[in-house]
Amino acid sequence: MSLYELSYRPFGNKALLIEWPEQIEEDILNDIIGFRTAIANLYPDLEMVPAYNSLTLIASTPMDHDLLISDLVSLYARKEKMVVAKRKLWNIPVCYDAPFCPDLPELAVSKGMSEEAIVEQHTSATYTVYAIGFLPGFMYLGGMPETLHFPRREHPRLKVPRGAVGIGGKQTGIYPQASPGGWNLIGNSPIRVFNPENDPPCGISVGDQIRFYAIDKDMHELFTIQVESGVFQIKTLELDDQSA
Amino acid sequence: MIKVLNPGLFTTIQDTGRFRLRDKGVPVSGAMDHRAATTANLLVHNLPEAAVLEITMTGPVLDFEEHCSFAICGALMSPKLDEETLENNRVYKANPGQKLKFGRLQKGYRAYLAVAGGFDTDIVLGSRSWYFPVTSRRQLKKGDVLQVGDLANSKQEKAEAYPDVFLHSDYIEAYPGPEYGLLSDRQNDQLHKGIFKVSNENNRMAYQLHEKIFRHEHSMLTSATLPGTVQLTPDGRIIILMKDAQTTGGYPRILQLSDRGIAMLSQKKAGDQLIFAIK
Repeated sequence: MSLYELSYRPFGNKALLIEWPEQIEEDILNDIIGFRTAIANLYPDLEMVPAYNSLTLIASTPMDHDLLISDLVSLYARKEKMVVAKRKLWNIPVCYDAPFCPDLPELAVSKGMSEEAIVEQHTSATYTVYAIGFLPGFMYLGGMPETLHFPRREHPRLKVPRGAVGIGGKQTGIYPQASPGGWNLIGNSPIRVFNPENDPPCGISVGDQIRFYAIDKDMHELFTIQVESGVFQIKTLELDDQSA
Repeated sequence: MIKVLNPGLFTTIQDTGRFRLRDKGVPVSGAMDHRAATTANLLVHNLPEAAVLEITMTGPVLDFEEHCSFAICGALMSPKLDEETLENNRVYKANPGQKLKFGRLQKGYRAYLAVAGGFDTDIVLGSRSWYFPVTSRRQLKKGDVLQVGDLANSKQEKAEAYPDVFLHSDYIEAYPGPEYGLLSDRQNDQLHKGIFKVSNENNRMAYQLHEKIFRHEHSMLTSATLPGTVQLTPDGRIIILMKDAQTTGGYPRILQLSDRGIAMLSQKKAGDQLIFAIK
């Protein structure tokens, strides 16, 4: 695998921004995650935020940008020694039935598809977590089939419930907490992608992959109870890292 | 313990913040004016990371139910212990039954109350800072009872108070941000020479400025943001992210405030003016 041309820029006096070519690509994301792992081994005190084509390194005190950049440039050049990043595939249950899918009928009519076909497409894709932000545990997912792309609602809802699964433009995702929101709601997941009572509060990381599977209302109810009592286990799979 | 008779406008528990979870979208939180919070802590011999009350614009009424040393720093809010008028940056001792209340806001916007031993509230994900829904609490309410921590935690040497210059300066220190280079000469000029006003849209998440600068059409992929990141929206609005801000964003990051800049901006309220002092 070829090395990318990286750009290093100061981000204030306590942070450094590393950027890859400005493209949404899984290879780039994997390279970011691999580099992140290597940096974490050398600089355990740095906080790091990966997103799409960037990795931001944050220190608690002012940093010497030039010194850090020269260390990172040589670390990146020795890339074959990088530690393999562990990535996971998460299988997330979603109930696509009423009352969780208020916008599914309109979406089906606009797309000229049946509701079943939309659910079928939404559950057959594999999504990549390109960033986590906006809200604690909110995932920016890439990989939604083009046939499901649909503009955000003209009038955002004042309150979207926790677990709501929506489509907004090219993106799909889960609302990790009740919040205002403009996405078209097509389902609800009983799992809590972010739970401050857990450590870590969010198991999913940038670079991981997501698949949704359909469950009925009874299962949703059962899983909700299991999640609340802490016995529900999300089905996960370790992914082999292609850059290894 | 301390009983809350009246919560004030927006009063929260804050410490130095919640770290190492930004990659999961968790804001840092923590005291907006970290220097005032730290000074208050050091005055009562606390460690700098002890939890304090952050008091915004209108202060609470608190009833001390035990002997307690305390100090108030930051905004000048005419505090009184029963009928005694208090000064900022000084240590006072309260007896059980005495009440602390605040009056007119004279200068600044956020005051910090530290008690010897610190406020012993729940630690969630490594911090006591309130940020809903990571913490179940959003702000102080009437009837709350706050526990004071063990005095054995207090061992710092007494510190010098910072001078109050922070409350009086309009210059907000900033570095060029990652997308500073995208600015046109005209925008750059506006940013360097402009006198801006804080808009009504200002809180712990972000401060929006009243004046706009020229619009732009740069788009970028979502990337990390920090407290103090100055974003420029396509229609030329300037949004300065603060301690409870989201951890990623999609607007160009034209400036980055220093810690000192964040602290100084935290003492500004709607209508106050500011000038960017770009390094």
